[in-house]
Amino acid sequence: MTEAQTTEALGLTPSQTSGPYLSIGLLRNFITGSVVPDDDPRAIRIRGCLLDGAGEPVPDGMVEIWQANATGRYAHPADTRDEIPLEDGFLGFGRSGTVDEGRFEFVTVKPGRVPAADGRLQAPHLVVGVFARGLLKRLATRLYFPDEEEANAADPLLSELGEAERATLIARAEDDGLRFDIHLQGEGQTAFFLV
Amino acid sequence: MGLTSSSITRVRDEDALGADPPYLYPDYVGTRLRAPKEPLIALPYSLSELTGPVYGHRPLGELDHDLTRQHAGEPLGERITVSGRVLGPDGRPLRGQLIEIWQANAAGRYKHSVDTHDAPLDPNFSGAGRCLTDDDGAYRFVTVRPGAYPWRNHPNAWRPNHIHFSLFGRAFPDRLVTQMYFPGDPLFPFDPIFNSVRDPKARERMISRFELDLTQPEWALGFRFDIVVGGRGSTLFEEPHDD
Repeated sequence: MTEAQTTEALGLTPSQTSGPYLSIGLLRNFITGSVVPDDDPRAIRIRGCLLDGAGEPVPDGMVEIWQANATGRYAHPADTRDEIPLEDGFLGFGRSGTVDEGRFEFVTVKPGRVPAADGRLQAPHLVVGVFARGLLKRLATRLYFPDEEEANAADPLLSELGEAERATLIARAEDDGLRFDIHLQGEGQTAFFLV
Repeated sequence: MGLTSSSITRVRDEDALGADPPYLYPDYVGTRLRAPKEPLIALPYSLSELTGPVYGHRPLGELDHDLTRQHAGEPLGERITVSGRVLGPDGRPLRGQLIEIWQANAAGRYKHSVDTHDAPLDPNFSGAGRCLTDDDGAYRFVTVRPGAYPWRNHPNAWRPNHIHFSLFGRAFPDRLVTQMYFPGDPLFPFDPIFNSVRDPKARERMISRFELDLTQPEWALGFRFDIVVGGRGSTLFEEPHDD
């Protein structure tokens, strides 16, 4: 048995790559890219492509998103702001494989604004995780929304980034939704976070 | 105040590894074109990082944890149980954790269109399982011991036997995908994925233990694999930055 009363922090279990066969364990179950049903009137379709340092699509990867609901509340016990309503059935988590030539796709709603560590409001964003063969641990990034210019300009994080870097985090508007490509390496590399 | 006015810092991956491997580990060829080269952005955690998906209340299928009973017949191979506890770094159990696993069959073949290894598929084995941890953080899977298999990383490259594990932890930074290995595997010294974890003690934590107490007479060998999950970069923010 492991002693639960230990005073020294236990060593973390290290990360290992998800390998090329992650779809067996992670993409054939109840977790999908539909964070809300496709017919939700608020639904936004987000499409993108996962690309490697040679600009080639990564077909053996997976993208995950985590977000607050449309009013800015996370479905998690650490979000104790009871004045902001939870939404029945809204978990805020989605997963998409990239089997089809690196392409991933989500159907979700734009989250409300959530405070930063210092209390200032952040612009609406999704937190994004990337897994693939060749990634020994998850990559973390964020997706911001192109129609939130004012909020983006005042965002505590975005406002500290250079123009090119910032551009990698803001999705582009397309006719039928948003476009968000993820560049793992090289020219135009997506900004990634240590979390 | 102004402590948080410049809220972000830049951190090189190799300076923030903790127990984890680096993104770029050239011996594992797949990392070369996929590892980011720019420093990572570290930002103080907001609610976006202090929260994460919670699946504890979602009922799973009764046999989701038993990879030997998902088809008409039993899979071939050495039947084993894999059990253990999921803990935070403070030693407290993580309850209601969704654990997802996947693996090759006993012959070393994945049920996946990309796997072209010349070893037989097993019609009675899909190789995927999931379960939730109980109030003690404990979990248990029944499966068969996966075979070793070749890959094309370098000449005569073989992966040690392993089972892939996926967990969420308490919040977004805790998310962990890892591999569980078996004790005494002769392939360890040759495997760049295993050795991408530079700290030998951390490598040991990916190796399950054989336990006679978990072994059921006339039925299955028992392996224990305890998993400790916690945010990787959180320790960076324990002291205020004053830049």
